[in-house]
Amino acid sequence: MEKRSDYVLWFEECDLGSIPSVGGKNASLGELLKAQIPVPPGFAITTNAYRLFLEQGGIRKEIYKILENVKADDMDSGEASSKAIRALIEKTPVSDDLQDYIGEFYRRLSKRCNVPAVPAAVRSSATAEDLPGASFAGQQDTFLWIRGMDGILTHVKKCWSSLFTSRAIYYRAKMGFPHEKVEISVGVQKMANAWTAGVMFTLNPATGDRSTIAIDANWGFGESVVSGECTPDNFIINKITDEVIKKTVSHKTILFTRDPVSHSVIKQTVPAERADIQCVVDKDAIELAKIGKRIEKHYGKAMDIEWAIDKDTPGQAKIMILQSRPETVWSDKKVAPIMATRSSALEHICAGLVAGRKLTH
Amino acid sequence: MADKSFPNPHEIEAIPGTEGWERMYPYHYLFTTKDKEREAYENNTFWFNDALHYPEPMYPFDIIWDEAWFLALSQFNTRIFMIPPVYGVDHRIINGNVYIAPVPVTDPEEVQKRVPLFMERAGFYFENWNKLHDNWEKKMKGIISDLETLQIPTLPAMEDISVVKNGLGTSSGYELIKNYDKLIDLGIRCWQYHFEFLNLGYASYVIFVDFCTKAFPDIPLQKITQMVAGIDVILYRPDEELKKLAKLAVEFNLASQIGNDTKDVKDVIASLQGSENGKKWITAWEQAKNPWFNISTGTGWYHQDISWNDNLNIPLSSIRIYMEKVKAGISIDRPMEAVQEERKRLIHEYRGLLKTDDDRKTFDQLHGTAELVFPYVENHMFYVEHWFHSVFWNKMREVAAIMTEHKFLKGSEDIWFLSRSEIKEALWDLVTAWATGTKGYGPLHWPEEIAWRKGVYQKFKEHRPLPAYGTPPEVIAEPFTIVLWGVTNESMAAWAKLKEIGDPDKVNEIEGFAGSPGVVEGIARVCRSVEDIGQLKEGEILVAPTTSPSWAPVFQKIKGVITDVGGIMSHAAIVCREYGMPAVVGTGQATAIIKSGMKIKLNGDTGRIYIER
Repeated sequence: MEKRSDYVLWFEECDLGSIPSVGGKNASLGELLKAQIPVPPGFAITTNAYRLFLEQGGIRKEIYKILENVKADDMDSGEASSKAIRALIEKTPVSDDLQDYIGEFYRRLSKRCNVPAVPAAVRSSATAEDLPGASFAGQQDTFLWIRGMDGILTHVKKCWSSLFTSRAIYYRAKMGFPHEKVEISVGVQKMANAWTAGVMFTLNPATGDRSTIAIDANWGFGESVVSGECTPDNFIINKITDEVIKKTVSHKTILFTRDPVSHSVIKQTVPAERADIQCVVDKDAIELAKIGKRIEKHYGKAMDIEWAIDKDTPGQAKIMILQSRPETVWSDKKVAPIMATRSSALEHICAGLVAGRKLTH
Repeated sequence: MADKSFPNPHEIEAIPGTEGWERMYPYHYLFTTKDKEREAYENNTFWFNDALHYPEPMYPFDIIWDEAWFLALSQFNTRIFMIPPVYGVDHRIINGNVYIAPVPVTDPEEVQKRVPLFMERAGFYFENWNKLHDNWEKKMKGIISDLETLQIPTLPAMEDISVVKNGLGTSSGYELIKNYDKLIDLGIRCWQYHFEFLNLGYASYVIFVDFCTKAFPDIPLQKITQMVAGIDVILYRPDEELKKLAKLAVEFNLASQIGNDTKDVKDVIASLQGSENGKKWITAWEQAKNPWFNISTGTGWYHQDISWNDNLNIPLSSIRIYMEKVKAGISIDRPMEAVQEERKRLIHEYRGLLKTDDDRKTFDQLHGTAELVFPYVENHMFYVEHWFHSVFWNKMREVAAIMTEHKFLKGSEDIWFLSRSEIKEALWDLVTAWATGTKGYGPLHWPEEIAWRKGVYQKFKEHRPLPAYGTPPEVIAEPFTIVLWGVTNESMAAWAKLKEIGDPDKVNEIEGFAGSPGVVEGIARVCRSVEDIGQLKEGEILVAPTTSPSWAPVFQKIKGVITDVGGIMSHAAIVCREYGMPAVVGTGQATAIIKSGMKIKLNGDTGRIYIER
């Protein structure tokens, strides 16, 4: 019998070195915890667990057989295979061993959070995701507000099966990436009960300015910001002085929240009285930016971060970091000198004077 | 922006009842259609109102400083340092308001020819900056000393016997004319020195700003300034002196003698004479007065901007405020070390964000030069606008007293309605009549003329000048224009936008430069001039054409400042940052749109002002 750590790992036990077994997302949550960043607690279900599930369920061969029908130039063939594989994975029961491992960790997580059957976010964390040149971002699913062992297992399987969406299959086929090489881990994380949430870049995505932090925020869960379904409030914060230097309070139309009856995530209209008011106060935006700076420092590069302000902690805002990954757009740009080098300041002054200031009309 | 966003300067609306105003000002300041070439030049040039220096219309005498810098700034650009792409800054006057325009070098070959000349000449100044700057201070102190010792002689009925016994060979009348000339000459010379370093100083600052905004598009301008600003700046020294005196008064336990604001300075000094400690304090007070109380309560550009020395109750009142703080155990010292540390940290952090050695090298070059020149940029104001001007205005009042005595003026303060050359002429009239034993012509001419000019001036004051005339250029290279007057794309676009709206009652949002960080909400108080500051109530937001460090008493009361004109380096922005008070500067027409009593919100981080209607 293998060790439990082959199958489930607390986020605290993960770091960038564990990407092959827990995937990029889970590994980065472990890294954040190492840097003392507030992250909602949770655990990773490893790629080993996924492999064990395929073996114990005896479905591996069947899956690869279905995949043989996929043609790189035929989208429809991918579509049909996807449906068949996902149905197969989702109806195959998880073995008792594996159920025990996951169940034990879920119970312990609930205990840590002081909530029976703690609501969790179940997310896939692919090993190839977020790696340079092989961006699978957004191709695996995230399930919010899942409670109870049955729900957890069902959605863990949905995450596993998300490795076989038609898009993923088609993409791998096109790129000549062997299907067997891609593995998937799943994260089970305490649901942040977001009052406000969004994304943060440790540079200004509009200008590439490394001296600023840009925050987009909306009421409710961050999904409305990530998906671009809502024009968020925007803050530009000076990284060096921790001051808000620009702020745009937008008219916010929709938000994602939890339905109090069904406990499922629903999209609703932002109540009129909240639509035009700032959804993060300046003080919290600055706190958030400070956390952003710490994350950037830990990684040594510009980062793209998902965050939430928890409403379970009344009185004071509790900032939580849900995800972080290296920023790619500006970071991958070729570095051009800011001004052509010259032998003296006077040469610069002269050149600057001759160029003048353009007044664009 | 359309080519013709601003009106033709030749189609100026005359203000009824001011016809003939042109004779109050130098003739070459007038727009003209007499000559096609000059008319075309004036039409194709962008003239903007220099409300930064002149929030009020010009008095015929006070225009002396405008004439002085018109010459001095221009000659250093055009003829001395040979700044490649720009000549001087041209001046015009419309209805008493000064409009200025940088003059570009339009021929690219000429620009190139000027490059090596500029490199040699400016290079010499940069290489020898400290030595030349020490010499500058000597020269400035020299002419201020000449000014302070300059005698304005009164005209006796009979010359003293010493004139005969010493074989002097000249009269008091001659001395009066000669010393008036000398007074004017000292003023003009002082302004020659004023620009000796300033053009290069601004050019160095502008290039550093350019680098920083390219590297960090979001960097607030005030952070760039903070990276080069001096810590121990002379302009803060007068305030430091007040703090020292306040501490001394507390140490000597002089609170009861100093009393409260109802006690005049004369009575305070009399009370202090009664004790040894009181006498010691008076000695310290007297020492501080010269030169540090030669600080103007305005910008120093107008004769009515009196200095602390002119009204000693002003510094005394500030000393009382500081004494209260000292007694309450609150530190009144500027946190020099913290300011120094923060400055170092900013430089280190921004530099640290640069990606390559090349960028860091450029940063170091440009920062080094900006840091070298910046103390001059900050300090020259004390010598010229405050110290020299404060003494100068009072010397002119001595001239005015003589003219009043001889009935050329109805009162000393009427002298400002004559130009410097008219005064020269009037003095000839006066002195010749004194010498001849006849009555001068002046009393028949000037009082009447001055009465008319006062009427015209009042009408000018009630009229709001347009921000600009003529055609905006595509490129502005003139460093003063960029830094000081804040003429950039943004401000021009904002001005044009305001003009389009037309009805100031419909504007809810005004844009300017983020002059000093912070956000405040409150009641607006529009003060068009220093005279209006008495209306300010505790906690109001000051809205002014421009402000200056020496509206000192005001800053104890208000919680924010908005100005019409001025860039990040305007006197207003510098001081607001020091006071830690939010400011939006260079809004174009805030005083035309905002009315006293309106509820407004000002954001010194973004440069926006919101009006609640």
